[in-house]
Amino acid sequence: MTDLISQDLNMIFKTPKGETVHALKDLNFTLKKGELLTVLGPSGCGKTTLLNIAAGFIKPTSGNLILNNKEIDGPGVERGMVFQQGALFEWLTVAENVNFGLRMKKKDPAETQRKVDEWLDIVGLKGFGNTPTYQLSGGMQQRVALARCLINDPDLILMDEPLGALDALTREKMQSLVLKIWKETGKTIILITHSVEEALLLGERLYVMAPRPGRIHKEYHLPFASMGLTDDLREIKKNKEFSEKREEILTMIWNMEEEIMGKDI
Amino acid sequence: MFTQIVTFLIFFAVIGCILYGRRLIKTEKVDAVFGNPERSKGGTHWIIVGSSFLLLVWLYYSWDIAKAFYPKSANELCQVAKVNESLLGLKYQFPIVEREFKSTSIIKKENKNLLLLYNEIQNSEEINPEEKLVLSKFLNDTNKLIPLLTNENLIETKTKIKIDEITNKIKILSAKFKDPNYPNETEESKSERLKAIQEQGGWGSSGTAIENTVEVPLVPETSRGLKFDAAAKELKLINDEFFKLRNHNPQFKNNIQKIKEQIKIYRNGLEDTREVASNYAKNILKIARRIEYASIYPPTALNEMKNAIIEFDQVQKAQQGGLRYIDIFLFPAGTIVSSGPSCSEQGSGRWLPKPSDTLNKFSLMLKPSVGYKNVPLLWFEMMDVSQIFGFLLPDWIADVMPGEYPVHTKDGKIKENFKSNVLKFVTGEFKLFKIPVPVGHIWDSFLRVFLGLVFGIIIGVPLGLFMGLNRFAKGFFDPLIELYRPVPPLAWAPLIISVLGIDNTGKVFLLFMVSLSIMIISARAGASGTQLSKIHAAHSLGASKRQILRHVIFPNSLPEILTGIRVAVGMCWGTLVAAEFLAGTTGIGFVENVAKKYFQYEVIWITIFIMGMLGLLFDVTLRKIIDKTIPWRGKG
Repeated sequence: MTDLISQDLNMIFKTPKGETVHALKDLNFTLKKGELLTVLGPSGCGKTTLLNIAAGFIKPTSGNLILNNKEIDGPGVERGMVFQQGALFEWLTVAENVNFGLRMKKKDPAETQRKVDEWLDIVGLKGFGNTPTYQLSGGMQQRVALARCLINDPDLILMDEPLGALDALTREKMQSLVLKIWKETGKTIILITHSVEEALLLGERLYVMAPRPGRIHKEYHLPFASMGLTDDLREIKKNKEFSEKREEILTMIWNMEEEIMGKDI
Repeated sequence: MFTQIVTFLIFFAVIGCILYGRRLIKTEKVDAVFGNPERSKGGTHWIIVGSSFLLLVWLYYSWDIAKAFYPKSANELCQVAKVNESLLGLKYQFPIVEREFKSTSIIKKENKNLLLLYNEIQNSEEINPEEKLVLSKFLNDTNKLIPLLTNENLIETKTKIKIDEITNKIKILSAKFKDPNYPNETEESKSERLKAIQEQGGWGSSGTAIENTVEVPLVPETSRGLKFDAAAKELKLINDEFFKLRNHNPQFKNNIQKIKEQIKIYRNGLEDTREVASNYAKNILKIARRIEYASIYPPTALNEMKNAIIEFDQVQKAQQGGLRYIDIFLFPAGTIVSSGPSCSEQGSGRWLPKPSDTLNKFSLMLKPSVGYKNVPLLWFEMMDVSQIFGFLLPDWIADVMPGEYPVHTKDGKIKENFKSNVLKFVTGEFKLFKIPVPVGHIWDSFLRVFLGLVFGIIIGVPLGLFMGLNRFAKGFFDPLIELYRPVPPLAWAPLIISVLGIDNTGKVFLLFMVSLSIMIISARAGASGTQLSKIHAAHSLGASKRQILRHVIFPNSLPEILTGIRVAVGMCWGTLVAAEFLAGTTGIGFVENVAKKYFQYEVIWITIFIMGMLGLLFDVTLRKIIDKTIPWRGKG
C-alpha cells in the first residue's frame, strides 16, 4: 500500500442543455497511507465527483488518480465505499449484508462467518446478525454499512457524507466509532461532510473545496483527530483553537456561498 | 324447515347486533371530532348485520321465505293464475284492465287505417282518377260497415240471448264459487288428483337433476287451489264460447259480402300493369275482414256481462283470502304466472334462485359422477405416469434413432425393433404405475390461468429487467409491447382462438399475452427503480455484473414483480372466463355459458360464486406470498 496520488485531475461534465460544468479543475494532492482526510465545501464544489472518481464509478476527463502505483480504472475491492443512506440491501439480513463482498468472491463460509462476527463486534452490532436490515435504525444501518465495507479489507475507504442523515447524538457516537476504526485498522480514509465540526473533529487533514470550477481552496493539518482518539469529543469542541478554526472555515464557506448567490442575482 | 330456522336466526342476529352496536356507541367515549378514522375500526357486529342483511335480501327476493313458510302457496297461486289467465280475454273486452272498450279501440284503429289509406290513394301519382274513384267508393262502403255493428236496433235477438246466456253462466259461477264445497269433487277424480300430486313433485328444483324441472306444481294440492282450478276450467269454456260469438246481422252480412265480391271482381278486371291499384283494393279488403272478425258490439250491449265479470273478479279476489297477502308480501318483484300447460315464477324469483335450491344443485354438481356436461367440477383421475412421459418427450426422439421402423413380413406380422420400442416409449404406450391427476372444469380453468401466468413470468421478467437496464432493449421491444398491450385482451381472443384452436393452446396463449405485458412493465419499473448507490455499493464490494443482476437488481425489483403478478392474475382470470364464453368445451366460463342457454339460473349463480371464490383465493394466496417474500417492501 502506498499513497493516493492525484495528478492534474480534471472533470468536465456536459449538461443536456449543452453547458459545460467544470466539476474538478487541476486537482493535485498526495494522501499518505493511514491518513484521514475530510473534505468540506459548499454544494457543487465537486466533493462527490472526487469520491466517485476515486471509487472508479466515473472516469476523469483528464489526469489520473493513482493508488498502489496503479491508475484507478473502474471499481475495485481495494477501495471500499460508505454511502450517505447506507445503501444497504434491505432484502438481506445484517450478516448477509456484511458478508456480501466475501460471498460474491465465494470465500470459505466458515472463515466468512468468523469475520462477520468479528466485524459486527467491532461496530457494536453483536447479536444482530439475523436481524433484517429494514428493522434497524439509521445509526445501526450505518454501522452495518461500515462493517460491510471494512470486511473486504480495503486499502482506501471512501465515505460520502456517511453521518449526514443521523441525529446529533447518534452522530457523535458514530464519529467516535470512525475514529476508533481508523486508529485500529490504520486505513486511509477520505470522508466527505457538510458539517464543519465533523470535518474538524475527524480530519487529520482537511480540504476546503470551492466551486466553479471545483478546486481545493485551502488545506489544513489538524490535531483534533489524534486528540479524539483519547479524549472526549465534546471536550475537544470546547477547545479554543477548535472554535477559531470553525469560525474561520464557516466564514470562508459563507463567502463562497455569497459569491455564488451574487452571481446568480 | 332449514330455511325457516336460518331466516329466524338471521332476523335475530340482525336485531341483536343492531342493539349491541347502539349500546356500544353509547358506552364509547364520544369524540366530538367528525372524520376521525379511528371510528371505522372494529365493528364485527356490523359485519354480521351487513352479511345477514344480504342473505335476508336473497332469501326474500328469491321467494325462499315464501317457500319455507308457505310451501303450498306457489301451487295455490298457480291455480289463481290459471283463473286470471282464463279471465284475461274477457276482461280485455271492457274498460277494466284497459282504458276503453275493445270495440271502441278497434273502431278507432280501423277508422284511422281507412283515413290513412284514403289519403294515400288520393295523393298517389301511380293510379289514375278513375281508379281513385272506385277505390274511394270501396273505402266508403267499408266505413259504412261499422254502424251496422254498433247499432242497438240492428243486433239480432239470437245474439242477445247468447250474450245473456254467457252472462248468466258467469253469474252462476260467481255464486258457486262462494260455496265452500265447490266444485264437489267425486271420489274418483279426487283419487286421480292425489295420484297426480304424488307424481308432480314439490315447488322448485328437486335436486336430482341439473336440468330445469317443472318450477311450480300444476295440479291443485289444496281445496282452495282446487276451487280455483275448477273455476278456471269453467271460465275457459265460457271464454271460448264468447269468442265464437259474432255480432253479425243480415244487413251486415249482405253488405260485407257485396264489398268482398266487388273488390274481387274489380281486382280480376284490372290489367297486370295496374298492380298498385290492385294492392290498394286488397288492403281495403283486409280492413273489411278485420272488422268482420273483431268483436264489435253496440255500446251498451255488453253492460250486463261487464258487471258479471267485475263481480266474479271481486269474488275470486275475496276467495283468495290470505293468499293475496302472501302474494303481495312474500312474492316481491313478481308472482306466479300461468301460461298454457304450465305455471312458472316470473320476476325476481325466477332469475334469483333460492339459496336452498342453489345449495342442492351445487352439492349435486360437486358429485364427480354428475358434474356438468359429463365433466366433474373438480375431481381426480388415475393416470399412468407413462402418459406424462409421452406428453413431455417429443416424438422425434424416435425418428432420429438409428435404424428403420419395422416393416410387416410376408406372414403379415410385425416384429418390434429398437426404434419402434423407442417410439412406444416417447409416445407413452407402456405401463408404469398410476398417479392421481386432477380433472374438471375448475381445474381446467385454473390450469389455463396458471400456465399463461408462468409463461408470462418466465419470458416477461427477464425481458422486463433487460429493458429496464438497457437502452437498446427498451427501444427495440417498447413499440412491440405498446402496440399490443392497449388492445383489450378479448379483442385478440377471436383471432387467437381461430388460429390456435378452442382448446387449451389458444387460451393459454391469450393469457400469456395478457400476463407478458404486465410482467414486462412491472419488471422494467422494478429494474429502473433500483437506487444507483446500491449498484455502486455492490460494485465496490467486488460483485460481477451477473452477480449484481442476480443479487441486487432482481431482489430490488421483486416487490414490483410480485405486484405485477397479482395484477396479472386478476387480468388473466377475467380474460379467461370471457374467452371460455367465446368457445371451448370445459372450464367454468363454459359452464356458465351453457347454463345461460338453458336458463339454468342456479348454475349461473353457482359459477359466479365459484369464480368469485377462486379469484379471492388467488388474491389471498398471492398476498400471503408477497408478505412472506418481500417483508421489506416500502421500508427500504
